Amino acid sequence: MPATVETPTGAAHTMVLNMGPQHPSTHGVLRVILELNGEIVVSAEPVIGYLHTGIEKSCEAKTYTQVITLTDRLDYLAPLSNNLCYCLAVEKLIGLEVPKRAQYIRVLLTELTRIASHLVWVGTHAIDLGAMSVFLYTFREREEIMKIFEYVSGQRMMTSYFRVGGLALEPPPGWLDKVRRVIDSLPGHVDEYEDLLTNNRIWLGRTQGVGIISAADAIAMGCSGPMLRGSGVDYDVRKAFPYSSYEEFDFKVQTQTAGDCFARYQVRVAEIRESIKIVRQAMEKVPAQGPIRTEAPGIVPPSREEMKTSIEGLIYHFKIYTEGFAPPPGEVYQAIESPRGELGFFVASDGSAKPYRVKVRAPSFVNLQSLSKLAAGRLIADVVACIGTTDIVLGEVDR
Amino acid sequence: MESQEADKNPVVHKLREWDAQAVAEVLEFRGETTVVVPREHLRRATEFLSSEPSLHFSFLSDITTLDRFPLEPRFEVNYHLVSIDRRERLRLKVRVAGADCVVPSVTSVWPTANWHERENYDLFGIRFDGHPDLRRILMPDDWEGYPLRKDYPVEGYR
Repeated sequence: MPATVETPTGAAHTMVLNMGPQHPSTHGVLRVILELNGEIVVSAEPVIGYLHTGIEKSCEAKTYTQVITLTDRLDYLAPLSNNLCYCLAVEKLIGLEVPKRAQYIRVLLTELTRIASHLVWVGTHAIDLGAMSVFLYTFREREEIMKIFEYVSGQRMMTSYFRVGGLALEPPPGWLDKVRRVIDSLPGHVDEYEDLLTNNRIWLGRTQGVGIISAADAIAMGCSGPMLRGSGVDYDVRKAFPYSSYEEFDFKVQTQTAGDCFARYQVRVAEIRESIKIVRQAMEKVPAQGPIRTEAPGIVPPSREEMKTSIEGLIYHFKIYTEGFAPPPGEVYQAIESPRGELGFFVASDGSAKPYRVKVRAPSFVNLQSLSKLAAGRLIADVVACIGTTDIVLGEVDR
Repeated sequence: MESQEADKNPVVHKLREWDAQAVAEVLEFRGETTVVVPREHLRRATEFLSSEPSLHFSFLSDITTLDRFPLEPRFEVNYHLVSIDRRERLRLKVRVAGADCVVPSVTSVWPTANWHERENYDLFGIRFDGHPDLRRILMPDDWEGYPLRKDYPVEGYR
């Protein structure tokens, strides 16, 4: 390419390079328009929408219960986090209190989700930067967590296990033993990944000082999750606005101050370890017996037993699955800490059985916006590292 | 709907003290406070809320629209603010008519509003006055109509 090119978007001495939407390191169908000065990135503009499926519009045509299956498909690496956030929003709208046992199981499973999601991130990000073997190890452990999800909910990924008012099913017997087996093996495995990466000179060279965003910029750009904590801002929705009894758990919010790709890597690895601690505490707290759903006739389906033996139970069962239930008119916003940051559901009701509006505040969507800030002034190869540590899931970005 | 209780909220109180005109209405629902701000006061109010040290709503979490079609004013634009230091949330609401759905942009207050406003423009057709780059973001550039409006059919136009 000649040194001076006339382009519609760039000055004469820069050239425009299109990256994606089909590109292995863009984690789905992300397109980035790079403006380059030689090898140096002048600006990197993400172009999104290739995976837009109109989930928010579809929600308006479904009952509150049916929407849960759509939420799985937003952030497909953390479906339980989406389930949880949506259910909490609808429960807030109705004013439902969920039994403690269900709350602890929810915490346990969403923390496993966080571990699984961060494992995928460590593995794929390492592949992006040329370290092949980490991927094989992290996916091995992730698969064990997926097996727990399958055992508990019947599905590896599209779980839809959390329902308004509690859980879909009583967890099968022996499930906590399976969780314990995985959780006991994990700390050693995390040490293995750290052996492979944390002191690896190539890894440090590719991540340290790359993609720096200051704390002030990260807040102004609305970054959340490890993106924000990697820049030294102590903001975690689990601590700041506790939900689902998180205030009863003992854990630390992990922060780093450098604000570069390596800091975000450190935050995520440390979060895996914190999540292991939370899962252990939750395993202690979950009572062996107890209700998994709150009593709310007409909103929460009766148990199978009750449905088959009482006429009221049968009527409620029939009505809930045909017409659904109608929360009072109003609007609520509920946020949780998903593996990627602040995931929020804004649910508005007009008093009918279908949501009037469901808006997803997707952390990936907001985090991706700062890509140009991260990549400007760096080499093309660093763009891959920057996209990687933003940890986007396009299903959630495009919705 | 303005209750005494809502006025006890220190944020609402401070906002009123600063400029009573900026607070048209205060709504309380399920422990969430919503302040309805007249459109012409929105930018000043957001500047005040983000910069006033005792409030410091430095984090804009989300912007989203509700379409009340066929009622008028048809659109409600909601801003979800977070104060990270004070661990507090606040929702601002601006009501605009369908025939004149223009809202001042808050990108100068919170740069993150850029994509949020583009999304609301793309899906609802709300125009943000002063936005640096108001283009469609999720839908194709040549798309006709605004899909999340209530008069737009779920299956789309054929």
